[in-house]
Amino acid sequence: MISADLNIILPEIVLAVYAMLALVGAVYTGKDKLASALLWGTAGLFVLVAFWIGTVGTPGSTAFDGMFIDDGFARFAKVTILLAAAAVLLMSEGYMSARGLLRFEYPLLVALAAVGMMMMVSAGNLMSLYMGLELQSLSLYVVAALRRDSVKSTEAGLKYFVLGALSSGLLLYGCSLIYGYAGTTDFAGIIAATSDGHLSVGLLIGLVLLISGLAFKVSAVPFHMWTPDVYQGSPTPVTAFFATAPKVAAMGLFARVMFDAFGGATHDWGQVVALLSVLSMFYGAVAAIGQTDIKRLMAYSSIAHMGFALMGLAAGSELGVQAMLIYMAIYVTMNVGTFAFILSMERDGQPVTDIEALGMYSKREPGKALAMLVLLFSLAGVPPLVGFFGKFYVLRAAYEANMAWLAIAGVIASVIGAFYYLRIVYYMYFGEDRADALDGGKSPVLWGFLMASAVIMVVGVVNLFGIEGAAQAAAATLVN
Amino acid sequence: MESIILFAPLLGALIAGFGWRIISIKGAQYVTTGLLFLAALLSWIVFFTHGAETQHIQILRWIESGSLSTDWSIRLDRLTSIMLIVVTTVSSLVHLYSFGYMAHDENFREGEESYRARFFAYLSFFTFAMLMLVTSDNLVQMFFGWEGVGVASYLLIGFYYRKPSANAAAIKAFVVNRVGDFGFALGIFALFYLTDSIRFDDVFAAAPSIAETQLTFLWTTWNAAEIVALLLFIGAMGKSAQLILHTWLPDAMEGPTPVSALIHAATMVTAGVFLVCRMSPLMEFAPNATAFITFLGATTAFFAATVGLVQNDIKRVIAYSTCSQLGYMFVAAGVGVYSVAMFHLFTHAFFKAMLFLGAGSVIHGMHHEQDMRNYGGLRKKLPYTFWAMMIGTLAITGVGIPLTGWIGFAGFASKDAVIESAFVGSQGGYAFWMLVIAALFTSFYSWRLIFLTFYGEARGDKHTHDHAHESPTVMLIPLGVLALGAVFAGAIWYGSFFGKTNQVVKFFGGSYGEPTQELVEAVAERSPKASELHYVMESAPGEAAIYIAPENTVLHEAHYVPTWVKLSPFVVMLIGLGMAYLFYIVNPSLPKRLAENQRPLYLFLLNKWYFDEIYDFLFVRPAKALGRFLWKRGDTDVIDGSINGVAMGIVPFFTRLAGRAQSGYIFTYAFAMVIGIVVLISWMTLSGGAH
Repeated sequence: MISADLNIILPEIVLAVYAMLALVGAVYTGKDKLASALLWGTAGLFVLVAFWIGTVGTPGSTAFDGMFIDDGFARFAKVTILLAAAAVLLMSEGYMSARGLLRFEYPLLVALAAVGMMMMVSAGNLMSLYMGLELQSLSLYVVAALRRDSVKSTEAGLKYFVLGALSSGLLLYGCSLIYGYAGTTDFAGIIAATSDGHLSVGLLIGLVLLISGLAFKVSAVPFHMWTPDVYQGSPTPVTAFFATAPKVAAMGLFARVMFDAFGGATHDWGQVVALLSVLSMFYGAVAAIGQTDIKRLMAYSSIAHMGFALMGLAAGSELGVQAMLIYMAIYVTMNVGTFAFILSMERDGQPVTDIEALGMYSKREPGKALAMLVLLFSLAGVPPLVGFFGKFYVLRAAYEANMAWLAIAGVIASVIGAFYYLRIVYYMYFGEDRADALDGGKSPVLWGFLMASAVIMVVGVVNLFGIEGAAQAAAATLVN
Repeated sequence: MESIILFAPLLGALIAGFGWRIISIKGAQYVTTGLLFLAALLSWIVFFTHGAETQHIQILRWIESGSLSTDWSIRLDRLTSIMLIVVTTVSSLVHLYSFGYMAHDENFREGEESYRARFFAYLSFFTFAMLMLVTSDNLVQMFFGWEGVGVASYLLIGFYYRKPSANAAAIKAFVVNRVGDFGFALGIFALFYLTDSIRFDDVFAAAPSIAETQLTFLWTTWNAAEIVALLLFIGAMGKSAQLILHTWLPDAMEGPTPVSALIHAATMVTAGVFLVCRMSPLMEFAPNATAFITFLGATTAFFAATVGLVQNDIKRVIAYSTCSQLGYMFVAAGVGVYSVAMFHLFTHAFFKAMLFLGAGSVIHGMHHEQDMRNYGGLRKKLPYTFWAMMIGTLAITGVGIPLTGWIGFAGFASKDAVIESAFVGSQGGYAFWMLVIAALFTSFYSWRLIFLTFYGEARGDKHTHDHAHESPTVMLIPLGVLALGAVFAGAIWYGSFFGKTNQVVKFFGGSYGEPTQELVEAVAERSPKASELHYVMESAPGEAAIYIAPENTVLHEAHYVPTWVKLSPFVVMLIGLGMAYLFYIVNPSLPKRLAENQRPLYLFLLNKWYFDEIYDFLFVRPAKALGRFLWKRGDTDVIDGSINGVAMGIVPFFTRLAGRAQSGYIFTYAFAMVIGIVVLISWMTLSGGAH
């Protein structure tokens, strides 16, 4: 049996062993001189493993007595996570090496975080859930503070760590309550205990605490407060990483727990998630208006986007999960492109994050400005770009789940949110032409990611690259 | 060939409208006019060579949507070929005429000569739309042309866009037509609902069954044929300026005079008559609707003639005359002699276009003076124009040899045919008497126009009169050509339009057969002189260009009306001539005295029965008030106010609040999380999640 189990988690084992071996090996050999090679190697490995997971074998098995679930949903999430992580790693190289941040630990920490994330989306037990979550979180805390000589980066790491510890505590408390009232940590056991559709008070409070812990990871209001500070303080590539893969993992875990462990009480957690969703959408939209720093702005943007993804989850239906997965995939693609643009914003070799510095950017870099325009419109959800379809799916899911009010609120929030995206467009095309204009940013990698992302936003409207069907299949395995 | 006729004007319009910079303004004029003459030539060839049978010429598959499936194709039958020659002939002559008329226009400044290319482009575009209308093979295609001529009419009425009155007139024409078009559109919807098709063939074939269907509309159950016929007629009323929806036509005279001749006299305004004739298979099954058409046509003929008596603007007199003549055509269509309606349409196009172009020539020669009170004695200065106007007047008043039926000017043949048919159709009642009185008035105001303009002393500005000049040749040629039509069109085609039943039926492509014995007896009982009924139309609805039900013997009986009826139009014409002579030649002070004696009546007529004032009070002012309310209160205050309030007040307030919450201290953040948990747990517990 053990060999069959190991076979199922082979991708995770490969990544973990790789990370540990490389760590030890690099320490004893070239150290930071190997960083670049390790970065490329890790990214390459991510892509390979993503390909492996996506194509080899049939999903639908469990390992270690249900601790680890390898189904279509997990595979969809894993592929998204790995590709996003690989993209962010590749985008990081230029930025990191230019600022002396390219340490060999960086790609390996990302690899370990990826293992944690893969564990999260495959969790079938509160134990494995916590294990994956902590592996991911601990790696991220370190990565956030990667720039040790910067006060802001250190502060970001510390804040993230302290608040993350608090949220882990809440989550653990919730887990123990659930264990106490359900008598098991196994998802299958919990769902059996709640099969009559009624939750005891203990389970209910445990559920809320669990949701709170997960909401912290997806940075849903009111557990979002760390996000702007950490996004702003961390080195930009790390911010890009935070905004992409971990969000997918956290949303995946969220959906996993809600459906696998509490699938009998969708109505109960549905309203909590709906509340989080509404708060996140509005808070993200309203608070971003006041921002002048593009990284902070993206933090609020991701809060708002998580609100939309949660809307799909709140619907509590297969369509809702499908919508959530599509939304996350689109969101990650848009964010990769947007951060590729942000990474290329520099003046005299120094990164610039002030959005007013983009004044009349279109005159100097018409191609990049146009690509960014497409991405911003897509982020705002303007038809016919792909971002619109992401929103359309979640709105439809909410509407069909008799949550029309939630859908209407989402539309209003997206209208408010459009303002700050369009403001960036305004600066790029109609803003003041400044003397201290941006220069540089000629990295072909960044340019490639930016353009590819923008092109996907336009071309993808044809059939969303078939992601719809994949997401549907994935959602079907989770909800049934 | 038919496609060339249809698309040559469109090609001209496109070239002149978009390409005049390349081919020069002169080039644009030549191209449009040349293409129009080509179309006219081909139309005459089609008219003479194409037989009477119905032919469909497909241009493309047009609509394919559910059960709505239709081609875009040309329906070529007698009705179409008649309209083709009318439209293209008048249009090509008007194009030519416009070379002279539009050469210098005070409404445009130096350096704005491109108005000429634009004018020709609009004229050609109008012609295309009109051809589209008359060649249509289904209702939607017809509606397309219908709206196209509406747009062209709008553009051309408002051609002098610097004149506020022209803009107002253009908007008025467009809006009033919208009312009629709404009825037309409803009629199309109803037919599609009833027959599941918009093709004429299907609709006509279904006409007998439509007549046996009931339809609920406006909470009332109607006979389907009646309501459809009525709705279609409402469309026709708008386009053909019949009473109630007539107010736009006199104002449309704000456009350049060639436009008035082409659109607002000869072609577009007759579209309504054409529609009724085209829908004759349906009209024949709707006796009440056609009775209404007769009534309204007769009333319009009378009303417009009375107003025409006192107008002083030369174009307005002719405009009201048009309105009145359209009433004649509707009476003919209403009593069931569609061929006679088309006959009058056909002859009217010639003499009315000529009257307008003649009036344009006078206006041109008199430096854009339009008030007849400032004319007088122009016979010598404008000799050709004078003769042209004279022929037009002889035609419209119906001069001919009485009792022969056809020996006379064009109007004599067709108008007498209408009046005789009206006598039969209304059993000597309302419609007949209205038309006879209208004929009296027509004669009076037409001669009044001639006498005031060409005879007597020169009045008004002396300088203008000294410089009055005959128009250039390009403007006189069209007058000459139209004069031929005004003189001979009636006599030549009398037999085809108003001959024996078998002759007419054959001309329009139908087959005729023996009447039933009961019918012969019924006719003999009604009018003993008409007992020799040999033929009735046998074709099924839609087989021929027009449909005359076998029971409809008006065409036959109209030839056997009493002699006094046949003489009446001629007699009243003489009376009108005599009165006009008395009023404006013998004793020119008489009109003034009469106007003073009968002041209320005079004002009533001068103000066009106060229709505009009533509409202004009933519709225009309430609509404007409603619009102003929605704009000021609804849009500015409520919508803009709330959007601005949210965008500039409420959202920024929350933005500041959110900014303040983000203090940067960990304990604030942790506190927020704890509060969040408390709220979530409380809400879950209270909302009944726990059991």
